[in-house]
Amino acid sequence: MLNTPAITAYLRPDGRKGIRNVIAVAYLVECAHHVARGIVNRFTDYDQLASATIGITPEVHLIGFPGCYPNAYAFKMMQALTTHPNVGGVLLISLGCESFNREQLKTTIEASGRPVETLVIQNSGGTASTIQKGVDAVKRMQAIAAATPRVDMDISELIIGTICGGSDGTSGITANPAVGRAFDALGAAGAACIFEETGELVGCEKIMADRAVTPELGAALEASVEKAERYYTIMGFGSFAPGNAEGGLTTQEEKSMGAYSKSGSAPICGILKPGDQPPTGGLYLLDVVPDGEPRFGFPNISDNAEIVELIACGAHITLFTTGRGSVVGSAISPVIKICANPETFRKLSEDMDIDAGRIMEGRATLDEVGTEITDLVLKVAAGARTKSEALGHQEFILTYKAFEPIGPACLPLKRA
Amino acid sequence: MITPLILLHPDDNVLVCRAPIAAGFETVIDGDTVTIPAAIEVGHKVARGDLQAGDKILKYGAPIGSMTADAKRGDHVHLHNMKSDYIPSHTRKAVS
Repeated sequence: MLNTPAITAYLRPDGRKGIRNVIAVAYLVECAHHVARGIVNRFTDYDQLASATIGITPEVHLIGFPGCYPNAYAFKMMQALTTHPNVGGVLLISLGCESFNREQLKTTIEASGRPVETLVIQNSGGTASTIQKGVDAVKRMQAIAAATPRVDMDISELIIGTICGGSDGTSGITANPAVGRAFDALGAAGAACIFEETGELVGCEKIMADRAVTPELGAALEASVEKAERYYTIMGFGSFAPGNAEGGLTTQEEKSMGAYSKSGSAPICGILKPGDQPPTGGLYLLDVVPDGEPRFGFPNISDNAEIVELIACGAHITLFTTGRGSVVGSAISPVIKICANPETFRKLSEDMDIDAGRIMEGRATLDEVGTEITDLVLKVAAGARTKSEALGHQEFILTYKAFEPIGPACLPLKRA
Repeated sequence: MITPLILLHPDDNVLVCRAPIAAGFETVIDGDTVTIPAAIEVGHKVARGDLQAGDKILKYGAPIGSMTADAKRGDHVHLHNMKSDYIPSHTRKAVS
């Protein structure tokens, strides 16, 4: 039995439940970024953010897409993010001439039952005038979002993502397998759990395929890793940063074995691509490597791009493991940081939610840290702030990519 | 004092360092006393037995690459004597 605090969620008109109630201010091209940030800054109150639990007033987060050229992936991502259950209202900031289809995005958000307004800078009097109009618009949306009905939420309604960043030789021994234990517990209680980064599963494809609920899904899992290996080979670099080597990791497949242990031991019941929602509870792989010929560069240029993709799949919370040490959080959904290396924890404890390095020093077991992670997930779902949330971290990055829809073998449990 | 080297899987031919080791430190590997010649940082690997160029390295019971040079029992196993069997690793000197 899990130790469950009551989760009082925000019930969205589309029936999904959120654990946060955020107003998203979204720039639709880099040219509108400054104005959007200017609006968000007017609502950022670091004293309020530092409180132990979230407040009643909806917080205002900055998201956006910098490109001027159209991209189907970016559009799908923005649709998924602006209708995420943690989002209670959206303000779109357009310069005016960019190709992002702001009307269609607005229609999608309206259809989800959320308040949405658009400001076009070229028609709004310029920087200062648009910021002022944006501040007024956000206040209107905060008032609407604050009245969102509150309902009980079960663990089985949660979607939890995991990612590792700044891995070292301790990650695969402490934090990653501890997250695997938490995933096993949350998945057994009916939650949807998503692991990702197929480039960091190179070398694990066979053992992973054996865990698929159908042989066809197993073949699709192997194919997704082969795609990643091909893609990264063309890029000239694996998903392997210099700090990984400084932390004792020598090869991609060594890093992969450690990263893979975040998935725990449950059967794998499907493959998602960015923006796809898991149709049931259970364990899913998010395939983040683009399809087709490499076109726009590296699959994900930094960790936050992957966190945003997990959130676009509906993740309410992201479990972020680190060995070398990372301080990031995210817009929209809170990030829980689990520190693998005891020396890193001592250096960066103000940013770390969980000290999994205790396992390395024999001061805790994997099971104990796994339970600690599960308990913290439920507390954060019930409104407790994570360290990165309290420090005001709201990183966000979205760039160009290209995907084909998932194949017929990818979601065997989805009801027809 | 905790043992600084741990074996993750019985099939492994490397051990993982879980507390910093100074050069010249004496420890026990599989019942024998071994002197670790160079300092080892937390998370790094040490040869469990003598290794030869071309040997597959096993960690977590799984292959994680091959040796490119010989190593003696207790030696540091890393980029200088080991490589990926998939995608080459890079360091900060990769682009400059």
